[in-house]
Amino acid sequence: MINLHINDQKVTVQEGTTVLAAAKKLKINIPTLCNHDDLCVAGNCRVCIVEQTGARTLIASCATPATEGMDIHTNTLKVRNARKHIVELLLSEHRSDCTKCYKNQNCELQKLANDFAFGDHVFLDLVEDKKYNIDRSSPSFVKDDSKCIRCQRCVRTCSELQHVSAIAVANKGAHQKISSFHDMPMSQVVCTNCGQCVNRCPTGALTEKTNIDQVWDAIYDPDKHVVVQTAPAVRVALGEDLGYDPGERVTGKMVNALRQLGFNSVLDTDFSADLTIMEEGTELLVRLKKALVDGDKSISLPMFTSCSPGWIKFVEHKYPEFLPNLSTCKSPQQMFGALAKTFYAKKRNIDPSKIVSVSIMPCTAKKFEADRPEMRASGFKDVDFVLTTRELAVMIKQAGIDFRNIEEAKYDSIMGDSTGAGVIFGATGGVMEAALRTAYEIVTGREVPFGNLNIIPVRGMDGVKEATIKIEGCVEAWKFLEGAELKIAIAHGLANANKLMKMIQDGKATYHFVEIMGCPGGCIGGGGQPIPTNMAIRQKRMKAIYSEDEHKELRKSHLNPEVIAIYKEFLDQPNSHKSHELLHTHYVEREKY
Amino acid sequence: MYQVGNLVKELSDKHGHARESLMPILQAIVLKHNYLTDEAMVEVARELDISAAEVYGTASFYTFLDTQVKGKYVIRVCKTITCSMKGKSDIIHTLEEMLKIKVGETTADKQFSLIETNCIGWCHKAPAILINELPYTELTPEKVSEIIKDYMLK
Amino acid sequence: MENKGLNKVDIIFEKIDNYEVLAKGFKMDKDAIIQEMLDSGLKGRGGAGFPTGMKWKFTAAEKSPEKYIVCNADEGEPGTFKDREILDRVSNKVHGGMAIAGKAIGAKKGIVYLRGEYRYLLPKLMIELESFHKMIKEIGYDFDIEYRMGSGAYICGEESALFESIEGKRGEPRNKPPYPTVSGVFGKPTSINNVETLVTAMMIIQHGAKNFIQYGTKDSRGSKVFSVSGDTPTPGIFELELGMTVQQFVNEFGDGDTKAVQVGGASGFCVPRKKFAETIIGFEGVPTGGSMKLFNSSRSMYNVLHNYLDFFTEESCGQCTPCRVGCQQLLKGVEKVKKGEAKSTYLNELMKLADTMKIAAKCGLGQSVGNAFKSIVGNFKEEIIY
Repeated sequence: MINLHINDQKVTVQEGTTVLAAAKKLKINIPTLCNHDDLCVAGNCRVCIVEQTGARTLIASCATPATEGMDIHTNTLKVRNARKHIVELLLSEHRSDCTKCYKNQNCELQKLANDFAFGDHVFLDLVEDKKYNIDRSSPSFVKDDSKCIRCQRCVRTCSELQHVSAIAVANKGAHQKISSFHDMPMSQVVCTNCGQCVNRCPTGALTEKTNIDQVWDAIYDPDKHVVVQTAPAVRVALGEDLGYDPGERVTGKMVNALRQLGFNSVLDTDFSADLTIMEEGTELLVRLKKALVDGDKSISLPMFTSCSPGWIKFVEHKYPEFLPNLSTCKSPQQMFGALAKTFYAKKRNIDPSKIVSVSIMPCTAKKFEADRPEMRASGFKDVDFVLTTRELAVMIKQAGIDFRNIEEAKYDSIMGDSTGAGVIFGATGGVMEAALRTAYEIVTGREVPFGNLNIIPVRGMDGVKEATIKIEGCVEAWKFLEGAELKIAIAHGLANANKLMKMIQDGKATYHFVEIMGCPGGCIGGGGQPIPTNMAIRQKRMKAIYSEDEHKELRKSHLNPEVIAIYKEFLDQPNSHKSHELLHTHYVEREKY
Repeated sequence: MYQVGNLVKELSDKHGHARESLMPILQAIVLKHNYLTDEAMVEVARELDISAAEVYGTASFYTFLDTQVKGKYVIRVCKTITCSMKGKSDIIHTLEEMLKIKVGETTADKQFSLIETNCIGWCHKAPAILINELPYTELTPEKVSEIIKDYMLK
Repeated sequence: MENKGLNKVDIIFEKIDNYEVLAKGFKMDKDAIIQEMLDSGLKGRGGAGFPTGMKWKFTAAEKSPEKYIVCNADEGEPGTFKDREILDRVSNKVHGGMAIAGKAIGAKKGIVYLRGEYRYLLPKLMIELESFHKMIKEIGYDFDIEYRMGSGAYICGEESALFESIEGKRGEPRNKPPYPTVSGVFGKPTSINNVETLVTAMMIIQHGAKNFIQYGTKDSRGSKVFSVSGDTPTPGIFELELGMTVQQFVNEFGDGDTKAVQVGGASGFCVPRKKFAETIIGFEGVPTGGSMKLFNSSRSMYNVLHNYLDFFTEESCGQCTPCRVGCQQLLKGVEKVKKGEAKSTYLNELMKLADTMKIAAKCGLGQSVGNAFKSIVGNFKEEIIY
């Protein structure tokens, strides 16, 4: 153990603890900027500098390990003067148009300016001469270099958490910047649109491409019928942007608010999540039969889930040889979109050309997914606009809705009903658990052998999770699976996905079914979720997802009455010709580097 | 623009495929072609299995690993204080006149590029320049004219 | 402070029998080599001035089968060209110093990081290295030297940035601790030494520490190779005893009209005429890697300052705020004051900024920009304003 003094108070910490963490233990908050709990130490912004007795220079508390006998002062005149200068220097390189900026009031630089640098700034404005670039090429996010403070959080995120490295630090000196390959537009480089960089950007340099105005236009258009679907992960995080603590379930209020915003029908992506389980579960069982019974060598195993568009683009770029392994199922968002302008239109007797299909997603990659040229199974663009959780919060504020105090409301039908299995799609391991709850029952006629249907082994924040499910006591139709050991794996965050893919590629691991989510924690940690994000917040959101599941009356996808109805009335059966037309898709190979 | 062909493969056979091999490989490409094309950088990314952005980010850090087109002969004129005091401006002027380009540009026939660089370590014999790797020192407008004329005949 | 006067010596380029010295070093116990370095008081000759004996002692103490000796041949400080000459004339003394250092710390591998601007030396160096390897193998050394090239980045002269560059990355200085002796190139214990330091070490083995301390002062033992340029009738490299005053230096090398001497390059200090007599060139006065630039009264100190600030603004790695933005602010600031677009009192704010950079920047580059800025603005204010 190490003993040191901070501001004349003694503190004892474990070896390896930074001065920053030691101060926190004493309830002393040292301001930071480039530091982020999810990422490795950088030590470049110099905001966290403190005075160490006997040292020639100030030290960066985030990057300096505590040592025995260290004497630190965090708030001397020297420190305060230096810190004010540093914040002012950052501001001089930054286009401060706060009143126009999307991150206004949720910007870490703004907070630092407010805390440490209010009053006259002495330094010269450097912005005009810099001729900064704004890249709006991606459908998912906007990269505004004029707001960048070079903390490199985005670079570390894309490299450490996602193993993509779509952006890197380029040039040096005054020209140093965060750049894609040769400064090419982000839509033209290897980028999965996952938005994890957006989640960790402290300023407005990286924000989602917003579609708020277009959605308002559609809502105001008397000629249009606007339907909205809400992803599972939205309901456990939306509250964070509207005054709630992380981990609060605000489903009922969210539905009410959406209705008040003017959507003609408030429906649920959880419905199509249940539908996805029917389609994907069937697909898996068919593949297993073809591979294990018929000896069909053309069948690719393991089968990978396909609801995460960040993950899909990742495979298309980096592991195109595994494209046949991806489930052909569309994501719940896109299944919903295709049905909104066919089944729903028919049932409600509405001209599909007048339907505007909007989705609320915890995700930025979904904006790219909706724009994919093949996503027009209905004959129209299946999902017209995607709004992130953050954008929905903005619209609710714009409409003057007192979110905390409105009543709870229920989803509309025909595509608004869901089971707990649909909800858990929002957490890593959730799709797997939902699929097992249904597939196991189809094959054995019994419920999964886990208390209260909670398949604990697939839950939690471990990067890669594995399990083996023994299939015993099969019903007649599935006798060929008797005694089989279903090997499954789950990974979340593309770095873990990459690790898992390499193991599979090298033949070091074999599975039958693998669930992969592009974002850490699954969708609850998605690129469109409220900012800030860290492990504690994601864990609280995850807990809320499983709580939502437990409070549901029905917890198995195949029991969803609206799902049963849609097959009866429209789709016939899972993997039918109609299902394939509307609910299944194909993928494209993209450049690797 | 050059075709990178097998060069990257040969270089990675020689220098290895580790991250530390990146510098020698990029340097060898630049030694041959004087700059890095997008194609070359992507090939390096492929050979070393790192992202193209990473390759670009590293290359663009180093002044001599140019990612913009350069001519067959890259003339770097030192602009640090002693060379500046000893007549660098006259040298630049002479070169701009002879080559009909301004600092930062490349001749239309892609033979010469003219750039300014920081101290190259010949302060006692200023003004000095590098043409590719070779230093030329104690320059006068006449002397540098002769040197360039020789290069033009190569 | 001791004033030894201006004395030319010949240690670095002195002709010796490399084989003999290396054989002598090989027979010595590693602790004996380190003690000799400590007794000599040798401090790094690249500009930072860290005691060489201590550096080798710390690295020797690390328990690791893999250690490195790195020779910092990234001589990029404006006005410094002595390492180029040393490598050109006595490269096997450099290699020899590395082999002896390797014996002292327990390293089997040496890396010379040579700046890209000196690439023309490489063919000659490779030939000399080959004969060097033959020689030390014969003596019995288990030591191998490899050359790695830089590609035009002044910051790669900073030790941890240099390691990053060898590792194939951008030359961005690292957080310290850990220090290179614990975790250096490839994360292994590393002693990184300047070209001249390694040659000096070899000469200390040859002549002994007792002889070495005859030269120089208590805090600045020995001699140093100076790179002299600017307004001088005798530009070039000169090996001089440490401990002379700037006045004595100017008496020897000035052109009779010396207004200022920049000691230590762009990251060093500008000594005005009125302070020549009282300023000692050595670690107790103005420390230096050897760059000495003389300016006579025809020179504009504004141009000098502008040149340095322009240099730093370009060469900063850009990662930390005080340096990346601070350099730009200092540069644009003096431009505005000169043009009359900012009040001359703005210089006071910039002096405060220079102070902040000195204590808040991540590495020596950012911490040193203020040296030239404050000494030039402080001593030649009128030239900056008018």
